[in-house]
Amino acid sequence: MKKPQLLAILVLAALLAAGVAAGLWHADSHARQFRELPSARPSSTFPLGTDDLGRDRLARLLYATRLSLLLAPAAALIATLLAALAGGTAGYFGGWWDNCIVRAIDLMLSLPWLFLLLAARALLPLNAPPVASLVMTYGLLAVLGWAGPARVIRAGTRHLRESDFALQASAEGCSELRIFSRHLIPNLKPVLLAQLWTTIPVFILAEANLGLLGLSASEPFPTWGNLLRELQNPFSIRPVTLAPLAVVMISVACFKLATPPQEQHS
Amino acid sequence: MRKIVKTLAPRIGTLAATALAGGLLTAFLVRVSPGFDVDERQLDPRLSEASRHALQQEHAVNRNVLGFYTHRLERIVLHGDLGTSSSLNRPISQLFRERLPVTAQIMAIGIAGGWTLAFALALPAVMCRSRVVRGMAGLFHQALLCLPAAALALIVFDLGGPVRALVALVICPRVFEYVRNLLAEAYAQPHILTARAKGLAGARIFARHVLPSVAPQLLALAGVSVSIAFGAAIPVEALCDLPGIGQLAWRAAIARDLPLLVAITFLVIVVTQVCNAASDWAGFRRRQA
Amino acid sequence: MKRSFVLVATLGLALSSAPAGRAATELRFCLRAEPKTFDPLLVDDGNSETIRYLTGGVLIRVNRKTQQLTPELAASWDVERQGRRITFHLRPKLKFSDGTPFSAEDVAFTMKRLMDPETHSPTADTFRSSDVPPQITVSSPLTVSILFGAPVAGLERLFDQVAITSARSPLKTAAVLGPYSVEAYKPGVEVLLVRNPNYWKMDAQGVRLPYIDRIRLEIQQNRDIELVRFRRGELDLINSVDADTYDDLARVMPGSAVDAGASLEAEMMWFNQVPTAPLPAYKLAWFQSAAFRRAVSEAINRADICRIVYRGHAQPAEGPISPANQFWFNASLKPHPYDVASSRRRLENEGFRVRNGLLYDGDGHLVEFSLATNAGNHNRERIASMLQQDLQAVGIRLNVVTLDFPSLIERITQTFNYEACLLALTNLDLDPNAQMNVWLSSASNHQWNPNQKQPATEWEAQIDKLMRAQASASRAEDRKRHFDRVQQIVWEQAPFLYLVTKNSLTAISPDIQNRSPVVLTPQAFWNVEVLRKPPTSAGSR
Repeated sequence: MKKPQLLAILVLAALLAAGVAAGLWHADSHARQFRELPSARPSSTFPLGTDDLGRDRLARLLYATRLSLLLAPAAALIATLLAALAGGTAGYFGGWWDNCIVRAIDLMLSLPWLFLLLAARALLPLNAPPVASLVMTYGLLAVLGWAGPARVIRAGTRHLRESDFALQASAEGCSELRIFSRHLIPNLKPVLLAQLWTTIPVFILAEANLGLLGLSASEPFPTWGNLLRELQNPFSIRPVTLAPLAVVMISVACFKLATPPQEQHS
Repeated sequence: MRKIVKTLAPRIGTLAATALAGGLLTAFLVRVSPGFDVDERQLDPRLSEASRHALQQEHAVNRNVLGFYTHRLERIVLHGDLGTSSSLNRPISQLFRERLPVTAQIMAIGIAGGWTLAFALALPAVMCRSRVVRGMAGLFHQALLCLPAAALALIVFDLGGPVRALVALVICPRVFEYVRNLLAEAYAQPHILTARAKGLAGARIFARHVLPSVAPQLLALAGVSVSIAFGAAIPVEALCDLPGIGQLAWRAAIARDLPLLVAITFLVIVVTQVCNAASDWAGFRRRQA
Repeated sequence: MKRSFVLVATLGLALSSAPAGRAATELRFCLRAEPKTFDPLLVDDGNSETIRYLTGGVLIRVNRKTQQLTPELAASWDVERQGRRITFHLRPKLKFSDGTPFSAEDVAFTMKRLMDPETHSPTADTFRSSDVPPQITVSSPLTVSILFGAPVAGLERLFDQVAITSARSPLKTAAVLGPYSVEAYKPGVEVLLVRNPNYWKMDAQGVRLPYIDRIRLEIQQNRDIELVRFRRGELDLINSVDADTYDDLARVMPGSAVDAGASLEAEMMWFNQVPTAPLPAYKLAWFQSAAFRRAVSEAINRADICRIVYRGHAQPAEGPISPANQFWFNASLKPHPYDVASSRRRLENEGFRVRNGLLYDGDGHLVEFSLATNAGNHNRERIASMLQQDLQAVGIRLNVVTLDFPSLIERITQTFNYEACLLALTNLDLDPNAQMNVWLSSASNHQWNPNQKQPATEWEAQIDKLMRAQASASRAEDRKRHFDRVQQIVWEQAPFLYLVTKNSLTAISPDIQNRSPVVLTPQAFWNVEVLRKPPTSAGSR
């Protein structure tokens, strides 16, 4: 394992450990309001200061990392895998299956899925734990977010289908399934990874925007998304409010670095 | 002529079928969503019971999804009437006529600007050996991805920049990774390496050798860019109060405006399918060439 | 030929909008959304109401500063038969904006349209005291009387919302009697108003009002962009700003931010007491207990909400009527005190017990309930968070549920699938008769338990009786006495827990002369006809 890869994995593990430890150290540290100290500057007691309700920003950021660090990449991974399955098979096998997938993609990209999210939220019990709404939102984003990337993957697969190595494998008698799984998918890796790294922050921001419609974790549960909403008004930004942005960017960068480098297949 | 008809007829048929299915699914989604049947005006204590009843009757018309949809289709197909927006009380065709040019302009600027910016970031990242340059490009891309659109809108607005170009900042990071990977793969090909080693000008290599090899996949991505651009236009128009289709779609969603949402779905399906078909055809022709 | 005609017409309009020898002045501010209608009789949203206020001529105006009635198109009026009949004596020689003469026929025409059973609007409904249509009699070109089927409480004030339209003008509702008329409307972009050349008001020097020639109302939903534009000088006023914005503005643009004091808007919460609601019976029992409600109210630190959420620009609320409502406010009432010990005692007396920091009822159920509010309202979400911590001190576990607005409305008006709700109360009308549908137990807006066939409790029956009494009383003092008692009962029984009354905060450029923001809407431009500003320079937009 190369040094950058190791470093990235260590950073991710440290972030996750810090998030878990924050919850174990003091169960309500993210929720407790120090009402005499709203919007306080960083200090020894509050390294990142407090928010407008006097809550410890650092505690909230670490608490948010617990779930967001797992949910956002997991949802992005599911969406990418679904996109690979749909787009890859459509591009490779072609014919009626390709037509069906393309129509399905067009429909997925055109329908107002917001209403499905609202309907799903309405099904949750009122006293459901705050995390239930968050998990539901990310789950639906994962299931609905495959369409755009599937189209790109489909084009990539069609391009690779006509490549020399694929033709050679076919000429040598490899089955279509084997060519698809052993030769095409590995060569689609750059496209799939590009999709994954782009989707993680897109889902985090989507969760933040959906929070405006009540489709995220409710108070006082912090998520990366609702912490990023503090940045919506740049005039009230102080350096400490950029901390969630920095953590998100570092996490995504670490995920990228932690991925094994692409190998050439022929 | 017969050949053209033979080629276009199945595509038009598929387009119509997809639009029909899309419209029906939209109507169903809106109908089952919570808050469909309610009106904010019901909270006004000054309204009498008769007025409340009249408000409820306004919404009753759209309760039966199939009935509503059948009636709408009949009006559209036989009379070219897209209906009236229940939240804005104006003909939908008039709303589209006013707002389509705005969204078209925003999407055009967004796609052109987004792609240009993506290439401007990706090319140095691929061609330059400097880790600093590659790192800066990556950092800028990450920042654009992670910053909320509302913050970007205000920064652009406060700097006096064209707010309509905001969509470019939303599209750029979404295509950057693909473009960079495609270019990296293309530049790693033996004949490109040879051309560079032989001292061929960078611009010539890019235009005559790199671009043609990645064109089919870029064209596929371009087709998706239209969907991405429309999706990005919605929050940008809503945040910046640009009177386009995106803002209309957002307001229609909040107001559960069923006739308007179905009409917008038809529009989006038609535009998406036409653009994707065009990009597929261009890619096919490119591969043939 | 056509182009030159358009050019001449445009030039003519431009010249007519400013008196000769003076550069045109323009007031610029924003509407938060498209106005839904330009017909003044059908107004039911705030943006259309703004257009109506700026263009409509009314018979009687409620002075937004003094809250007293002032004569407008009607030079005087008489109210008879205990509020059943009102006779107006109109000012002579007035004209609509297009030159059509104004007379009693126009008042009759407007009232007939308003009282048409097919006209459904809040303005129309406030006049409907009975099913009998009113009789309108024009006894002379300047005298008209209206006889209602039953007394209408606070009759004169209601005419503040009735903009008189012309019976004869070919422009129909576009011909107005107010200070401005609509010149142009670009959907999604702006509404342009131009001064009415026939406006009847003059200042003390005999100069025809209004002073400002044009008003440009830009449609802008994004409050942050609105603020940036105000700071740049592209806008002259923001009618309502939030507390965070107020403090920032007061710092960077001294003199532009104005706190006019307590407004008519209060944040409140209530518990679901609908017997058929899909709630466990034990929870319903909690919510139906006045002692439980009072205990929750006493556990809430209202002062902290005012200080932290509203940065001091709010005050703890006493009841349904704000102290800004000079006549109707019951000054003997004080906000429920913040007293955790008293809250705990009340709960103990009701059989609740604390175990390991959590509260349980007499049957061993953990006291946990959800508080629904609308998502996207930052202040309300913060209030909900603060309520969570406050109630934790007495062992109550509060879960905050944010929902998009239509979903929330569906729950509180149709399915009743909610436990507690946090929303704002905005009294658009000073007269409590406008709240009849809130206080009558049989009404739809009786939020905690609407549409009751019989009052569920003795105190609700009492409120019903008092509200009907105040509606039929002719003397203001009697009405006040009845409604004071209603406020007292509400204070005791706490069906609504009133949290804070927000202050009226506006932003208005120091360049605007005669500015005098008030607490009643429209706060910043209620006296638009006497506002002055320097002429618009070429590069200011």
